[in-house]
This record gives sequence, C-alpha cells and structure tokens, in this order.
Amino acid sequence: MAIADRPSPTAEQRRRALWRALLWPSREASPRRTARVPWVPIAIIATIVVMALFAPLLAPQSPIDQTLRDKLLPPAWMAGGSDKYLLGTDAFGRDILSRLIYGARVSLLVAVLALTAGGGVGLMIGITAGYVGGAVDNVLMRLVDAAFTFPAILFALLLAVTMGQGLGTLVIAISLLLWASFARVIRGEVLALRQRDFVALAKVRGCSTLRIMLTHILPNVLNTFMVLVTLNIGVVIIAEASLSFLGAGIPPPTPTWGLMVSEGRGRIADAWWVALIPGIAITLLVLSVNLFGDWLRDRLDPRLRQL
Amino acid sequence: MSDAILEVRDLHTHFFLRRGVVKAVDGVSFTLKRGEVLGLVGESGCGKSLTALSVMRLLPKGGARTLKGEVLLDGEDLLERTPAEMREIRGRRLSMVLQDPQTSLNPVFTVGDQLREAIERRRQGASLSEIMKEAVAALRRVEIAAPEQRIGQYPHQMSGGMKQRVVGAIAISGEPQVLIADEPTTALDVTIQLQYLKLLKRLQAENGMAILFITHDFGVVGRMCDRVAVMYAGRIVECGPVKRIFEAPAHPYTRALIASVPKMAGSAGRLATIEGQPPSLMDLPMGCRFAARCPEVEQRCLDAYPGTVRVGDEHTADCWKVAAG
Repeated sequence: MAIADRPSPTAEQRRRALWRALLWPSREASPRRTARVPWVPIAIIATIVVMALFAPLLAPQSPIDQTLRDKLLPPAWMAGGSDKYLLGTDAFGRDILSRLIYGARVSLLVAVLALTAGGGVGLMIGITAGYVGGAVDNVLMRLVDAAFTFPAILFALLLAVTMGQGLGTLVIAISLLLWASFARVIRGEVLALRQRDFVALAKVRGCSTLRIMLTHILPNVLNTFMVLVTLNIGVVIIAEASLSFLGAGIPPPTPTWGLMVSEGRGRIADAWWVALIPGIAITLLVLSVNLFGDWLRDRLDPRLRQL
Repeated sequence: MSDAILEVRDLHTHFFLRRGVVKAVDGVSFTLKRGEVLGLVGESGCGKSLTALSVMRLLPKGGARTLKGEVLLDGEDLLERTPAEMREIRGRRLSMVLQDPQTSLNPVFTVGDQLREAIERRRQGASLSEIMKEAVAALRRVEIAAPEQRIGQYPHQMSGGMKQRVVGAIAISGEPQVLIADEPTTALDVTIQLQYLKLLKRLQAENGMAILFITHDFGVVGRMCDRVAVMYAGRIVECGPVKRIFEAPAHPYTRALIASVPKMAGSAGRLATIEGQPPSLMDLPMGCRFAARCPEVEQRCLDAYPGTVRVGDEHTADCWKVAAG
C-alpha cells in the first residue's frame, strides 16, 4: 500500500534522473557504492582518441589545403552549407571537420607528454620532499613556491620567442606549469603517510629509505596522482589552446583546437562555427576527462573496491 | 652463550629542542634473557617507547639522539653498527609490533604481498609459490581462519584483532631473537586482547624468542610477563620477577601503581590514584624523580638520586628507604 501511495515520478523528474545517470556517475545513485561507469564521457574520450590516431584515414579533406572559393561555408545542415564540408569551412576555405580531427592529435600528444614530464617530476619531488624532510624538503618546497610565482603564460611566450615555436617548447612550458602543483599535493599526502605505522614497521623489517619510498609510499599516492593527472588533462588542453591562441603554441598552418578558436574569434558574429565548433570540442573533452577522473578515483580506491 | 639475549646499559636518549633538552631516556639499564618476557611498565611519556626505538635505532626525526650507553644484542653493541648493518639486523634478529593495527599495514597491498616482502628477505631465491605457501603457514600460525582466502584480502577487509595478528605474523616471519611489543593490545577490545596475549605467549614458547613487552597495564603484565621493569621519568625505578613485584613492591611508585589497578573483589570504594604530575623531562629534580609525589618523601630523597639497590633475588629498586632497610 505504501508503495502504491508513492507518487509516480513526473516526466520532468525522470528526464533529470536520466541525465544525471548519464553524465554524473553518482555514488548515491548506485547501490554498490562504487560509482557506475561513465559511458558517455568514455565514449567521447574514445572518439577523440580514435580521431587522433587515425586522422589521415578519417579526415574527409586535407586540413591544410586552402580552397578560397569555398571560404566561410556554414555547416552542412544550414542554409548555404555544402555536403562536402560537414562542419563548414574557415576563412581560408579549409574543412573544419578535418582540422578538428587533425587538431585532436596535437591536443592529446601535448597532454600526454606534458603530464608525463611535469607530473612525473612533480611526483618524484613530492615523494622525496615529503619523505626525506628536513633541509631537502625546505629547498624543494621553496623551489615549488618560486615556480608558483612564475607567470606561466608569460614564461611560455618567452620560451616561444627564444626557442622558437613548436611542440617541444609547448611541452616544456606546460610541464613547468604543472610540476609544482603536483609536487605540493603529493608532498602533503606523503607527510601524512610517513607517520603511519606501516612505514615504521617497514623500517623494522629492514627496508631501505629508497625501498620504502618506492614500494610503500609511491603506491599509496598513485590514486592521488591519477586524480591529479585527469584533473590536469583539462588544464593542459586549455593551456595548449591558450598558448596556440596567443601564437606561442604550434605554428600555423598545423591545426590545433586553440589555434582554430583563435582564428575564428574575429568572425564570431557572422561565421560562429569557425570558433564555436573547436570550442565545443575542447569543452567536451575536458568535461569528459574530468568525469572519467572522478570515476577512476573511486575505482582505484581499495577501500571502495569489493564492498 | 650467555644467559642474556638483549642487554641495555646506561642508555641515554635525549631530544635536543630549541627550548632545551628533553631527557626522555636518562640512564636506563635492563637485561632481557633468552626466551623470557620482560614487561616494561610506566605511565604515558615516561620513555618506554623511546627506549624501544633506541634499541631498534629508529629514533623519531626532530632532534632525538642516543648520547651514551650500550645496547648489546647477543653480546654485540647495536649502537656501533652502521645503518646498513642495522637493516640486516632488523627484521631478522630484532622485530617489533606496534600499538595501532589500523595503520600498521599498508592499505594498498594485500596481506599476502606484505607477508611476502618480509619472507623474501629471509628466503632469497625461493620461488613465488614456495613463498606464498610459507605466507599461508605464517597466517595459520597466528590462528587466522581460512588463511588461503585471507591472503588475497586487503587490510580494510579485516577486523582490528585480525590485522594485529597479521602484523604479528609479519614480525615473527624473520624468526627474530627479540620481539619488541609496544602496547600491542591497547587498541583491541578486551576479549580480543586476551586471545592476542595467549597467542603471543604460544608463539614465544614455540620460537623461543624473547619479548620486551611494553604496556601501561599492570593486569596485562601479570598475565604475560616473567619479569617486570617499572619506568618513571626516564629511568627504571624497580625491576624484578612479576610475582615478587606484585607481592612485595619495594619502590613507592610501584606500590602506588599496583594500588591503582581496579580489583574485582572487595567493595566498590574509591580507586587509589597518584597525586600530582611526573616532573618535566626538561627540568628534572636533583634527587629522586618521584619525590614530589611520594607519600614517604624525606630530605635525602630531595638531595640526591638513590642508587640502584638489590632488594632480593633478581629484584632491584632505586629508593633510599629500601637502601636503609
């Protein structure tokens, strides 16, 4: 009877619940406490990765060749659009879809390289500073403080001027932006971990400092590291886009998403698709990666596993 | 082969802080014989744990240093070993169990992995299946039911008592000569405490290892130990066989401690307490450290520290009254 009395959910409520389930892997919503798999973000990430890997096979047109006759064509579904250019063309008559597909390569490559370099350095410095402590900790953490006072964008521009534009410059600039925040967060975690008795007992068992750092501390901060990585994929992609937007990133005509937004911004009123489509792509990727990161954190936590 | 497996002589471990010197362990001597359980009893902050850490040479960071003394493990002075030699000694000959089982195990590894790390050191070159077989045997030895299943589990899937058993299994897997147990039952509930103590006793009898059992609970001492050393403000004030200490405590501090243990028999009267606070370890009195709280204090107690006096067979105390009588 009690069940029959409960008001059935309205269409509005049901629609909301569906969206929540699809987009936001909520722990409360799932009875097993482990979050449900965020299929939509995974599908978006997978699509973009496939785009990046197989760009030459997937792109319908060349991303670089200009066809000035076809410049600023709107997407195919709009009045005046052409079937040849599904997402329209830019001011030089280049196919936006093809540029988007090739642009994913740069964004993902920069993200992987910068996170490996910057995140890896930050992880090692954080563990060393936190575990060894004392003067080592002081020196490393003052370096981190110094890194935070750096105006990162300005520094990247400086690098671009002195070293020349290119992938290497971009990765170095973004790594320098990343390592300090990694080091600081990881160090904080290690400070708490090294007080735990299992570290003392590892010493009792005769483990060396290096062994304790690598086999006892490192695995305990990997969860945090993974969450930092996923949260920072968004930061890296936006940094890459910003730097390309400012002209300090990958030189044109190589397509990158940031560069595409930059090129389209002057015509946002009459040809919105040129800037908006790569903008949507950046937003979707960053959002998906963050949602995936949240879920991954819950999965990786052994306390939540197998409950 | 001498009777003593671990001998500590005149050990001084102080904290050098900006505010001054904290004399946390200030002239501690005791002997642990082969195969015996020696209780080290005292209130919080009297230096029990720091004594244990000094023996292990694992002093906390932040200014702690062992100034003088000798720690003889089977006749060999540990204070003169290099860090690398100490790593060899720890785990193999000296081992330890700590108070809190919740943080004693690494949360991201299974119980089997953690046992493996300890066993691998002793059995270098053994195959994985051999080591895992030994890990199962180690769990069985500490009376864990269904060890084959438990070995694949993470610490959070176990109860506190079970975790402390695993910690024990890891500690004894190197077959140490001396096990230091630093309040291993404080974090367990009473029924589990009793089981754990019985288990420790049995393991000790099987392996013939000696146990330095640190506690603040005289009830546990009576159940566990052969001999007991009572510590107060950085020194051992009385030492002797458990039976003698309970029946005829010589030092006023020991008497006060035993009087403050609740008893089942008799009326529910007021529990005896010891008035006052122990002296600051940064500013120790010249004379007896217990003088300020002692009901039988005299002038000579304030003037000079009484030496260690033999009271009876293997029974010593640091008290002027005993020296006189």
